[in-house]
Amino acid sequence: MTTASIPAAGGGRRQPTRLRRAVRRNVTAYGFLCGALICFGFFSWYPMVREVILSFQKTNFVDPPRWVGLENFRTVVNDPTFGPAWVNTALFTVLALVCGYGIPFVAAIVLNELRHARAYLRFVVYLPVMLPPAVSVLLFQWFYNPDYGLFNQVLDLFHLPGLQWLNSTSTALISLVIVSTWMNMGSGTLIYLAALQTIPSELYEAAELDGAGLFKRIRHVTIPQTKLILLVMLLLQIVATMQVFIEPYLLTGGGPENATVSVVYLMYQYAFNFGNLNAGNALGLMLMLLLMVFSAIYLRVSRDNTV
Amino acid sequence: MKSHKLSILLVSGLAIAAAAACGTDDSGNGGDKAGAAPSSAGPVSISVNCEPPKTNKAERATFEEDLAAFQQLNPNIKVSKVTDAFPCYDPRTFEPKLASGELETVFYVNFPNVGRLIESGQAADLTPYVNEIKTFADYNNSIDLFKKDGKIYGLPTDGYGMGLVYNKEVFTKAGLDPNSPPTTWADVQAAAKKIAGLGPGYVGYGEYSGNNVGGWHFTASIYGRGGSVITDDGKKAAFNTPEGKAVLENLQQMRWADNSMGSQLYIDWPALMKAMAGGKMGMMLGAPDVLISLRNDFGGKFENYAIAAQPEAKALFNGGAGYMINPKATPEQIKAGLKWIEYKFLTPGKGQFDYVRAKGADLTVGQPYPDLYGADTPAGQAVNDLRKANANIDAAQFAGWVEGSKGIPAKAEPGPYAQEIYKILDTPMSAVLTRKDANIDQLLSDAESKVNSLLASKG
Repeated sequence: MTTASIPAAGGGRRQPTRLRRAVRRNVTAYGFLCGALICFGFFSWYPMVREVILSFQKTNFVDPPRWVGLENFRTVVNDPTFGPAWVNTALFTVLALVCGYGIPFVAAIVLNELRHARAYLRFVVYLPVMLPPAVSVLLFQWFYNPDYGLFNQVLDLFHLPGLQWLNSTSTALISLVIVSTWMNMGSGTLIYLAALQTIPSELYEAAELDGAGLFKRIRHVTIPQTKLILLVMLLLQIVATMQVFIEPYLLTGGGPENATVSVVYLMYQYAFNFGNLNAGNALGLMLMLLLMVFSAIYLRVSRDNTV
Repeated sequence: MKSHKLSILLVSGLAIAAAAACGTDDSGNGGDKAGAAPSSAGPVSISVNCEPPKTNKAERATFEEDLAAFQQLNPNIKVSKVTDAFPCYDPRTFEPKLASGELETVFYVNFPNVGRLIESGQAADLTPYVNEIKTFADYNNSIDLFKKDGKIYGLPTDGYGMGLVYNKEVFTKAGLDPNSPPTTWADVQAAAKKIAGLGPGYVGYGEYSGNNVGGWHFTASIYGRGGSVITDDGKKAAFNTPEGKAVLENLQQMRWADNSMGSQLYIDWPALMKAMAGGKMGMMLGAPDVLISLRNDFGGKFENYAIAAQPEAKALFNGGAGYMINPKATPEQIKAGLKWIEYKFLTPGKGQFDYVRAKGADLTVGQPYPDLYGADTPAGQAVNDLRKANANIDAAQFAGWVEGSKGIPAKAEPGPYAQEIYKILDTPMSAVLTRKDANIDQLLSDAESKVNSLLASKG
């Protein structure tokens, strides 16, 4: 902008030189930027733009697509499963947050406090992440079997009645949360652990000298020092859990009685089982907009709080 | 200023992406790679799918043999591409392949998806060409599934009605006569109770409850009892009836009063098949192809299984599959594609009906399907004669189904929105199998209003 506004007569000779120098200085950076832009363009922006366009169209991929306005949105909103899918997704997100946010943080603190076997325990905690998600899910399918599953056998050891786990509307969703927490806690724990290890030990020593116990140290040293990472992880976790799919797809098929239908699972049904890709896109767009708005508000609020 | 420049860059990126998106040719003209055929007479290139997988060596070898023989017989037709992806019809890849021009000229489709593909214009109109097929006039009513408004959009190549699949060994263990399977639902209930009484792990009767297969089996059950899922004009739900109620009450009774269905939910097609192949399940609703699939795909002991007629059946749910042609194919490709379908799947003594070869290749011969032709038609008689002459399996395993199903009319899927309807019907199925106190009247009434609103929204 500034170079363009320089009068041609006065700066005619200097302008290309400065520009050339600037280009030469930044050519590597622009090269990297181009690569990133091309990747984002093809694999992120292009699909997003296509999604937006398709959600307002009706196409069979044979005839030219027709613009149908909000018809696809009406289709999904009038679906009797639409409401339950959003409720289930919200519930799953809240429950996954309670378990999947708190447990890894606590695990990281415990691992950080340990003096022995820390590497081994870190490996054990991270192990589930190394299993392909489908394998983990199918493992839990066996654990949850009401007749011979591990969980009911453990309950039986304590003379407690067995649960129906995935087969009951009251326990199916929480069963999925348990699977999700187990599968993902390794990554969260390692990230928190890395953040904890950046806290200077002098702070803890000073707190101890001031007579702070474990909980006070966590409250007044650990949490404030890891606030930024905690906030980022919270946002990432909410965005990820709102897109829950593999657990209901593989474990419950959205049942029993739609108790575990999620928004992405419903999207999948539209796109692939009902052959209505456009309605699936409309639902995807709704979810994307919601998450964008949420992320924007969250970042704004958290920026205000951290500044 | 820097952020301003970055914004310009980002907006440019998005604009390029948008332009690319808008510029995409959804009409698909010229997208079909197999569509390189000239419009005048001359060599025609087509592609086909559903070659048996490499793991199924015997069937793959016969397929390749047929492919070579077909091209030798029709030197002007070149089969340029053959795909062996399994399952042959995958709803997850169908539309992307169609959009990108990768969909084969001749493609496989199972019955539940036929109506939807016709409705959405994703299959070529074959009406002007089908009379060139010699056996076309001999088709039984399975061809009706591929018709709409007097036009024909595909050809069935595999078809069968539902029945009651049962494990003879488990019957014997439970003190039941394996040669006299249940003929009424009361018999099924009693037999299931005895089987479940064998001990832990034994399940008398297995049933689906999710991922649309629950609704699919509800449909098969209500058809058997003489009911329907939608009205004849396709505009209203028709399952909130005594027949629909009887289906659910029967399951609720077996699950909770008799405790003969186990507590495991079967939410997708392989789940129940695995349980049946495991050897501790007594009975399930299924078609005759289930027996072959239990043997080939799930490691079941083939000789232990048999199929009887669906108890008290007044109509049989029409299961099966067929082939359609890519809507972007040229007339010459359509003709060539139909010739392949005719050679491979419809000609007695050739392709899938070459029972002499099948017997030699240790493939099962004698199962009473594909059931494509009327029994008294020339093609029907020829297929049956060949089948009997070359049978290498115990016909008794299917005899109960063959005899018991005679004269029972076949009934097709409930319209083009069958999958959406099945999803709604999953709910009452899963409810009666997971809740002892499930209110069947309420469940049917809820499902009815959901299906009505679905059908109303489709106009």
